[in-house]
Amino acid sequence: MNGAHDLGGKHGFGPIDTSQQVNFAHEWEEQVFKLTLACGMLGQWNIDESRFAREDTDPAHYLTSSYYEHWLDGLERLLLEKGLVSEQELTERKADGKSTLSAVAAGQVPAILAAGGPTLLDTDRRAMFESGQRVVVIDDNPRTHTRAPGYVKGKTGTIIQHYGAHIFADEHARSAKKEPQYLYSVEFDAIDLWGRVTAQAPSVVRVDLFEPYLRAEPVT
Amino acid sequence: MSDTPLPHHSAPLSDLEQRVKSLESLLIEKGLVDPAALDLLVDTYETRVGPRNGASVVARAWTDDDYRQRLLDDATSAILEQGYRGRQGEHMVCVENTPQVHNMVVCTLCSCYPWPVLGLPPNWYKSSEYRARAVSEPRAVLAEFGVELAPEVEVRVWDSTAEIRYMVLPMRPAGTDHLDAGQLAELVSRDSMIGVALAQESSAA
Repeated sequence: MNGAHDLGGKHGFGPIDTSQQVNFAHEWEEQVFKLTLACGMLGQWNIDESRFAREDTDPAHYLTSSYYEHWLDGLERLLLEKGLVSEQELTERKADGKSTLSAVAAGQVPAILAAGGPTLLDTDRRAMFESGQRVVVIDDNPRTHTRAPGYVKGKTGTIIQHYGAHIFADEHARSAKKEPQYLYSVEFDAIDLWGRVTAQAPSVVRVDLFEPYLRAEPVT
Repeated sequence: MSDTPLPHHSAPLSDLEQRVKSLESLLIEKGLVDPAALDLLVDTYETRVGPRNGASVVARAWTDDDYRQRLLDDATSAILEQGYRGRQGEHMVCVENTPQVHNMVVCTLCSCYPWPVLGLPPNWYKSSEYRARAVSEPRAVLAEFGVELAPEVEVRVWDSTAEIRYMVLPMRPAGTDHLDAGQLAELVSRDSMIGVALAQESSAA
């Protein structure tokens, strides 16, 4: 989706507050962080569904609420969507009986964190593009989750390398299916992205893009 | 990571604080989360996993050329050699700063960040300002962090849009030949491994 989360290259933002060095500005943010991780470990949704739950919101709300408020909104939404808590429980702030799921115990946490969630998959297909090849990012506009940022859509870049086939985030968010798609590092010249006048050359942006986002540059 | 405790409030709870507190109670009451697991998650990322991990990787790369090559060829394995692995660092790539190329890392779509080597991201990294501007005006962003590069240096911005996590290998400061890996690690800040700072000059040099 092309929501307010897709911030790359957007104008109007002021200087970066480099004094903001902490991970959490308030205690409640730390609480949201640990609840999100602990609930994620229940295995009822994946990281791409989480990202969609956070970004799929009113743009005005996204831009005026804090980062961990997005996490809180996303967590409550997923808990409801997946039926882990009911609307009534959330509103009344009172449990209507125990869940059928069991909490992940503290003893299991270190192994879960160490294993992480690798996304590399096997595939019989060969990569469609090779290093050095010029590619164009497809200029589509899906309403669902995608990891192609708006600022590269329709732009031409150069394949640097591929990282193997990974879980395709778009499909993973839609259906939870682990569909292997080659993931490429694609380099864009700043001048091609931002124009000769405003690009802070010499500079390039390298973006990780899945194969379905790309097509070969037409031969002219 | 921060040594400063988070602010505690004696004033009435804000709506957000109340909402989070209620959600936590509800999830515990339903048996969906284990309070001990919650404590362990906070402890892990507040005290155990942080940028000192990454600094030890950088210092070893500066002092052991074979390791440096392994780090650039297969960062996930090389970082595991130092004992760091796992969530949000499953597929690591290390990019090396040189006199010709300066690397910096951003996630314009959310806040992807290499947790096993750098811990959790600082608030500025998650800010709309950084996410919007790092790709389009990287030199202006670097200047706000106090970094002025020579005009001919290429700035290479890595937008972490998928599950590859990037860390920057900063250039080793001049005049540090006499330092061992432990002393060198002290010169490596978190920001230098994101690419918005340079490794510090040695004050002992």
